[in-house]
Amino acid sequence: MDMSQRTETRITRKFAQLKAAGRGGLGAFITAGDPDFETGLEILMGLADAGADMIEFGIPFSDPMADGPAVQASSLRALKNGMTLKKTLDMVRAFRQRDDETPMVLMGYFNPIYIYGVEAFLVDAKAAGVDGLIMVDLPPEEENELCIPALAAGINFIYLTAPTTDAARLPKVVEKASGFVYFVSITGITGTRSATSADIAPHIERIRKFTDLPIAVGFGIKTPENAADMVKIGDAAVVGSALVQVITDNLDGENRARPGLAAKVHQLVSELAAGVRSVAKRPTKEVV
Amino acid sequence: MNTPNTYRAGADDDGHFGIYGGRYVAETLMPLILAVERAWNEARNDPDFWTEFHDLMKHYVGRPSPLYLAKRLTEQLGGAKVYFKRDELNHTGAHKINNTIGQILMAKRMGKTRIIAETGAGQHGVATATVCALFGLPCIVYMGATDVERQSPNVFRMNLLGAEVRPVTSGTGTLKDAMNEALRDWVANVDDTFYIIGTVAGPHPYPTMVRDFQCVIGNELRDQMDEAEGRLPDTLVACLGGGSNAMGLFHPFLDDEGVEIIGVEAGGKGLDTDQHCASLTGGKPGVLHGNRTYLLQTDDGQILDGHSISAGLDYPGIGPEHSWLKDSGRVSYVSVTDAEALDAFQLCTRMEGIIPALEPSHALAHVIKIAGTYPKDHLLVMNLCGRGDKDIFAVAKHLGLDMGQTDQG
Ligand SMILES: Cc1ncc(COP(=O)(O)O)c(C=O)c1O
Repeated sequence: MDMSQRTETRITRKFAQLKAAGRGGLGAFITAGDPDFETGLEILMGLADAGADMIEFGIPFSDPMADGPAVQASSLRALKNGMTLKKTLDMVRAFRQRDDETPMVLMGYFNPIYIYGVEAFLVDAKAAGVDGLIMVDLPPEEENELCIPALAAGINFIYLTAPTTDAARLPKVVEKASGFVYFVSITGITGTRSATSADIAPHIERIRKFTDLPIAVGFGIKTPENAADMVKIGDAAVVGSALVQVITDNLDGENRARPGLAAKVHQLVSELAAGVRSVAKRPTKEVV
Repeated sequence: MNTPNTYRAGADDDGHFGIYGGRYVAETLMPLILAVERAWNEARNDPDFWTEFHDLMKHYVGRPSPLYLAKRLTEQLGGAKVYFKRDELNHTGAHKINNTIGQILMAKRMGKTRIIAETGAGQHGVATATVCALFGLPCIVYMGATDVERQSPNVFRMNLLGAEVRPVTSGTGTLKDAMNEALRDWVANVDDTFYIIGTVAGPHPYPTMVRDFQCVIGNELRDQMDEAEGRLPDTLVACLGGGSNAMGLFHPFLDDEGVEIIGVEAGGKGLDTDQHCASLTGGKPGVLHGNRTYLLQTDDGQILDGHSISAGLDYPGIGPEHSWLKDSGRVSYVSVTDAEALDAFQLCTRMEGIIPALEPSHALAHVIKIAGTYPKDHLLVMNLCGRGDKDIFAVAKHLGLDMGQTDQG
């Protein structure tokens, strides 16, 4: 691990706090600007209060090849209503004026960043208050594109590991990882099947052999019970499609937000947070 | 850019052609992509693999495809000698089968038991369904919902061959979304499934692998032209969707300095409109479907749908090696419009008794523009990469409209 990977960010601070408190974390994924900028901002602003420990903010993309129908549709809704990467950063900036603690990870596909310009993007993202990046289509083989420049800019680069990432490959994947490692709990796209802690246990064990970084588990986690089950083994559970589904279920025929949409998303977040918090992990300090 | 010693060395070990190509895929797929690469490196150096490939090329596909001097067209155009490389005579009616034969042999080699593919016009889907029937493997073809409607004869062909055609409604329901959907299927079925990509695009090693299968076209041409004229051709012309028929024709000649090489993109209603599919001449570099290449996209990096009269050219990207060949200047890329392609389609049909597919009609439209500017001993070869049976309904519709209006083309 080189120095840049040790850079302290809100992410590293948060995981240290979680560890001290003896509990797992909840990551909430939503697509930026879904279903529209205003509603999206309202959702974003309330996530931490509802109990999200970390926000994964999806950069809308026209061709999200690792995502299931719910997230695909959310991306298209946001784009249709004029969302862009620039506006995504605007939202992060607005969020940071209220909340200077909750880690903010941008998640998406490389092309919008490539077109924005990697250097300009990293400067603007850092200034806006972005802590980390998850790029679905940038495996370590393409680390020169964004991972290495991001580390140099003081932004964590979070690598995805999958059930197919075997012990021979893991060292390469975690070599430049920082912040945390994301374990994709199923071989498949977002929001389809759900795994259990028994399914993921051998994989998490394997990953821990190669890194001391915290491990967040995601893809397919839908219920508070499921999230609770995941943090028995993982350090955090990330929920995306289930939140996006709440948005989908609260749109009118023209894909406009019905009143109370944001509150419904926050409601599910608080249920998920309660689930995650119901699991006691070995604390290093008194549980808060 | 420095002139390289050879234009035929790529891709490098990481799958790059200059800045293009690469492996921009989700981690779940990476181990599989690397396994395909290892298997391909073994296969390409295994004489038995090529023996089986060429045996099927000869006895099943019907290769070599003839090199034909289009005499009447040559006279009409009044310049270069116009030759057609007749890949439309292949089994299933296009060059696509050259690639699917190669890839089904790869699937077999890797012990995969389930095949997936994407298709636009349906030609690659038919070619994939065909080899799956031949090898007794289940086949699932992803096809944009709009294309399923536009290309119903090919959907029926695939069904007859035993393939399941899954209409794709996600995104904009076109070829790019069919490819997204195939990648999503692959992510969920990594253990048993082989993805037969239909062109020289996708993550490494696909662009290289598909190219090497399609090079049967250009390699045959070298021998055939030597036999016919005792020398190399002077100009090569081919149409570009993803770029596989063009790459197959061009690649064996890239280091022959004297050979002029021209790729023809679908200009749709014109490059000054947003209704075209010319990634190289009207797009800019970006990352999609596993590789960096020229793409049709917005200023925010969102991928745009292309438009072409020809469903087979309707892809917003292009193989990464073409992007590199464009930047290096070795190959010239131009575009022709729907209207020009339709005119060429009719001219070829009437003057040569060959109904070409709308895709190579684009190449022919460019040949019509340039042939007269060359001397009579200039040898020009166009890849007639597909036959037009699949297109007669689309053409009828356009001609019908033409008849109802006064001035067209
Ligand atoms: C006859 C024919 N030519 C050309 C193409 C375009 O593909 P490529 O550029 O890969 O040759 C297609 C695709 O369906 C086709 O059917």
